[in-house]
Amino acid sequence: MDLLAQAEGTGRTLTMVLFLLTVAVTIVISIWGHRYTRTATDFHSGGRSFSAWQNGFAIASDYMSAASFLGIAGTIALFGYDGFLYSIGFLVAWLVALLLVAEMLRNTGRFTMADVLSFRMRQRPVRTAAAVSTLSVSIFYLLAQMVGAGALIALLLGIKEGETYLGMDAETAKIAGIVLVGLIMTLYVALGGMKGNTWVQIFQAMVLVGGAAVLTLMVLGQYGFNVSDLLGDAATASGQGAAFLEPGLRYGVEVPGDAVQTMWNKLDLVSLGLALVLGTAGLPHVLIRFYTVPDARVARRSINWGIGLIGAFYLMTLVLGFGAAAIVGVEAITAQNPAGNTAAPQLAEVVGGEVGGSTLGAVMLAVIASAAFAAILSTVSGLVIASSSSLAHDLYNSVIRHGKATEREEVGVAKLASIGIGIVAIVLAIFAQNLNVAFLVGLAFAVAASANLPTLLLSLFWKRFNTSGALWGIYGGLVASLALVVFSPVFSGTETSLLGEGVDIAWFPMSNPGLVSIPLGLICAVVGTLMSDESRPDRFATLQVRALTGAGSERAAEH
Amino acid sequence: MATTPTRDGPPPEVTEEQLAAMHDDPRFLDLKRRLFRFIVPATVAFLAWYLLYVLLSAYARDFMGTVLFGNVNVALVLGLGQFLSTFGIAWGYSRYAARNYDPKAIELHDAIHYGEDR
Repeated sequence: MDLLAQAEGTGRTLTMVLFLLTVAVTIVISIWGHRYTRTATDFHSGGRSFSAWQNGFAIASDYMSAASFLGIAGTIALFGYDGFLYSIGFLVAWLVALLLVAEMLRNTGRFTMADVLSFRMRQRPVRTAAAVSTLSVSIFYLLAQMVGAGALIALLLGIKEGETYLGMDAETAKIAGIVLVGLIMTLYVALGGMKGNTWVQIFQAMVLVGGAAVLTLMVLGQYGFNVSDLLGDAATASGQGAAFLEPGLRYGVEVPGDAVQTMWNKLDLVSLGLALVLGTAGLPHVLIRFYTVPDARVARRSINWGIGLIGAFYLMTLVLGFGAAAIVGVEAITAQNPAGNTAAPQLAEVVGGEVGGSTLGAVMLAVIASAAFAAILSTVSGLVIASSSSLAHDLYNSVIRHGKATEREEVGVAKLASIGIGIVAIVLAIFAQNLNVAFLVGLAFAVAASANLPTLLLSLFWKRFNTSGALWGIYGGLVASLALVVFSPVFSGTETSLLGEGVDIAWFPMSNPGLVSIPLGLICAVVGTLMSDESRPDRFATLQVRALTGAGSERAAEH
Repeated sequence: MATTPTRDGPPPEVTEEQLAAMHDDPRFLDLKRRLFRFIVPATVAFLAWYLLYVLLSAYARDFMGTVLFGNVNVALVLGLGQFLSTFGIAWGYSRYAARNYDPKAIELHDAIHYGEDR
C-alpha cells in the first residue's frame, strides 16, 4: 500500500506550495542580507553581532541535517532503540565544544578554524592543511546531504517507476532535486554571506522544530501521553518484541556462531560512538558559528541554546521514530524507502489523517516535508560558507597572496568560491546519486574527530605543539580515516558496499574508522611535534592570554 | 553582567608584548586554575559516563534490557540520563563560569587593554 499516493493530488500540490513558500521567504532574507554584507567580517562571520538565542537557533539549524531528522527517525522506526544511540552521541558531543573549544576559539581566531591552528605556526603550510581538511569534511557531508535530498524529493512527490509528475520521472526528479538544492544553497551564501545565511537558518530551525513539535504532540495525543504504551505498541508492531526497545538490532549486531564477526560488530559500535562524540567540535561549519557573536560569553550562551534545542529535537525524533513503527508499520515504511528515510513524513500523513481527516493528513505531510527540506538546506548552506571562507581566507589570502589581499578581494573570492563549490557539489552528487553514500556522514565525523579536534586541542593547550605537529596531525588523521574507510566493508566486499560485492579489498573489518584513526591522528600530532625543534613560547603565551581573557580578540562590527 | 564600568567605543589596541606579559602574572595563573578546575573534571566525567553507556550498549545487553516499569527498560532510562547529564553539565558550567570565572576574566581583559590604573 502506498500511503503517499493516497493523497496524491492535494498532497503533492500542498507540499510543493509550502516548500516554495519557505524557499521564497529564505531568498528574501538572503537578498536583505546582501544589502548589509560589505566587509570580510560581514561575509565570514555575520558582523559578529548575533545574540545568544539567534546563534543558538542557527547552531541547531546547521547541526540538524536530514541525517539527524529523517535518518534517526527512520532508524528508530526500523531498528528501534539503536537509532537513539546515534542521537545521544550527537548531543553529548556538544559538551566538548562547550567546555574545551568554543570560547577559546572565539577569543583567538577570526574567520576560520585555521586561524587558531596557525596562530603560533608557520602560516602557509598549516593553513593549507586546515583548508584541505575543511574542504574534505565539507564535501563528504555535502554529498551525503545532496544525494539524500534528490532521493527525498522524488519520494515526497511520490513518483514511482514509470510514472511522471510535471513531466518528470523518478530519475529526473532526483536530478532536479539535487540541482535545486545546489542552486538554493549557493544563492543563500553568495548573496547573503554569513549574515543572511544565519537569519535563513534561524527561520529554518523554527520551521523544523515547530513542525516536529506539532507532529510529536499529535503522536503522543494518540496515546494519551503515555509513552510506555507507545513503546509497547511499537515493539509489538515491529514483530521484534522487547528486543526492539533494546540495543543491538542495528549496531553491534551479534552474529550467532560467528564470534569474530560479533566482536568486530561490537567494536564498530564503540568506534561509531567515539567519532560521534569527538567529531562535532571539529566540524568546520560548527566552529565558524562561534565567530558570529560579540564575545566568548555569548558564544557559551549560544551553545546552551543549541544544546536545549538539539536535545529537545532528538527527544521528539525518539517519539516520531517509535510512533512510525507503531502507527505506520515497518512494512509500509520499507515499501516506500528501504532505509526508512520516509518514516517521519509517512507518520505525518497517517497521524494527521487519523486526527483530522485526509486534508489534515496532506497538510501534515507538507509541513514535515518542508521541515525536512529546511533541515537539508540549512546544513548544506552552512557547509558551503565554511568551505568558501576557508578557500578565500586561508588558501587565497594567506597562502597565495601572503595575507596582502584586500577585504573586497577576499569577499569577492569567497563568493566565487561558493559558486564553485556549489557546482562541484551538484556534479558530484549527480554522479553519486545511485550509490549508497550514507557512510559519508560517518566519514565526515571521523575526519573531524581524527584530524581537526586533536590539532585544535593541542594548539590551545600544549605549549610544545608546533608546525610539524599540526601538519602530521591533520594529514595523519585525514589519511588514516580515508584509507581505513576505503579498505572497509562500506567500500567493497558486501552487497551494500559502494563498489558492490564484485570487488573485495576490505581487509579492515569495521565500517567506522574512529577507534583506530582518532588515536592515530593524536599520535601523529605528538610524534610530528617532537620531531621538530620549532617552539614559540612567546606566541603560546599570547594565545593563552587571548583565549582565556578575550583581550585582543576580534570585536563586533559597528553598524 | 555589569561588572565593569562601561567605556565608550572599542577598547584601545593591544600589542603582542602586552598580551604575553600577562601570561606569568599570578592573576592569570589563578584565572587558568579557575577554568581548569571545572572543565577538566567535567570533561573526564562526561566522557567516562558516555563511554560506559556505549560499552553497556555493546556488551551488557541483558542488563540494558531489564524492564523497570511498563515498557521502559534500563537502556531507555540510561539514554535519557545522558540527555539529562548533558543539560545539567551545560547549566552547571554556565553558572560556575558566570560566578567564578567571568568577573576575573573581564578584570584581566580590562587590565590589559586599559592599564592597571583604573
